[in-house]
Amino acid sequence: MKSLAELEEIRKKTLDEIKMRKNKEGIRVVVGMATCGIAAGARPVMNRFVEEIGKRNLSDVSVTMTGCIGVCKLEPIVEVIDADGTKVTYVKMTPEKASRVVTEHIVNGRVCQDLTIGAAEQAGK
Amino acid sequence: MKEIALHILDIMQNSVAAGAGRIGVSITADDEAGMITIVIDDNGCGMDEKMLQRVTDPFTTTRTTRRVGLGIPLLKSSCIMSGGSFGITSQEGCGTRVTAAFGKDHIDRPVLGDLAGVIADMSASFPEIDIRLELAYGEKRFSYSSADAGRILGEVPLSEPAVVKWLREYIDEGVKDIFGGVLNEIVG
Repeated sequence: MKSLAELEEIRKKTLDEIKMRKNKEGIRVVVGMATCGIAAGARPVMNRFVEEIGKRNLSDVSVTMTGCIGVCKLEPIVEVIDADGTKVTYVKMTPEKASRVVTEHIVNGRVCQDLTIGAAEQAGK
Repeated sequence: MKEIALHILDIMQNSVAAGAGRIGVSITADDEAGMITIVIDDNGCGMDEKMLQRVTDPFTTTRTTRRVGLGIPLLKSSCIMSGGSFGITSQEGCGTRVTAAFGKDHIDRPVLGDLAGVIADMSASFPEIDIRLELAYGEKRFSYSSADAGRILGEVPLSEPAVVKWLREYIDEGVKDIFGGVLNEIVG
């Protein structure tokens, strides 16, 4: 049986790493998780981000959730906020697309233009 | 919503929007009553009697981006479909309590789902809120509080990937320990 005290170990292990990281801001991945997002499948998308980022040991990337981003018909919506504050909004996400965003955008710095809200709006016109 | 955990996540987002500093989730399985009862309570801003009356109506929402709110109506219908019941009480300035009961062995009860993932991710996303979980079956209990975890971690954030992974495993172990063999989808 695990006990919360084990967190003490994790604290010791990650503390130095965190101090080193303090100098540079990391990338933030924010997943819209209101009724609309959840019903459209935002949980599996978020889980895929966590998995892919964990697999690559990208410790300066955080994955968190937020409420409704405002465009419910395009859910699941994911925002990727780079270290310099640039925000890219990805829409109609799936776990497969999430894997692509991790490799292309988060690891290699190339925005997946075809998955962005801009591309979805163009297609809708 | 395919899982009870997703309903819980959805209702917890309401608590976040209500500015809660504490959100408690308790899940109790009872063989005698044949029920699994979920209580989500918070110390957020609460609501007045008028709003409370309207909140199970899908055409009620506090959002400004659109005019429908489906979280609570979906949970209510899910409870009733599985032979359970739904209730909500609230006091302005004190908080809100949502009680959702499902028929434990009813064929239309949604599975519990990835509760550990939901609670761990909520803890990581809202570190300023104490996210609590209580599981109970008979004499058996499991409890978790993100504030307790945060105190041990000190300056290491709850959103640290290694922490989230550990929390998921820790809570999942609790779920299996309490509900394994009790809810028919969870192997004991």
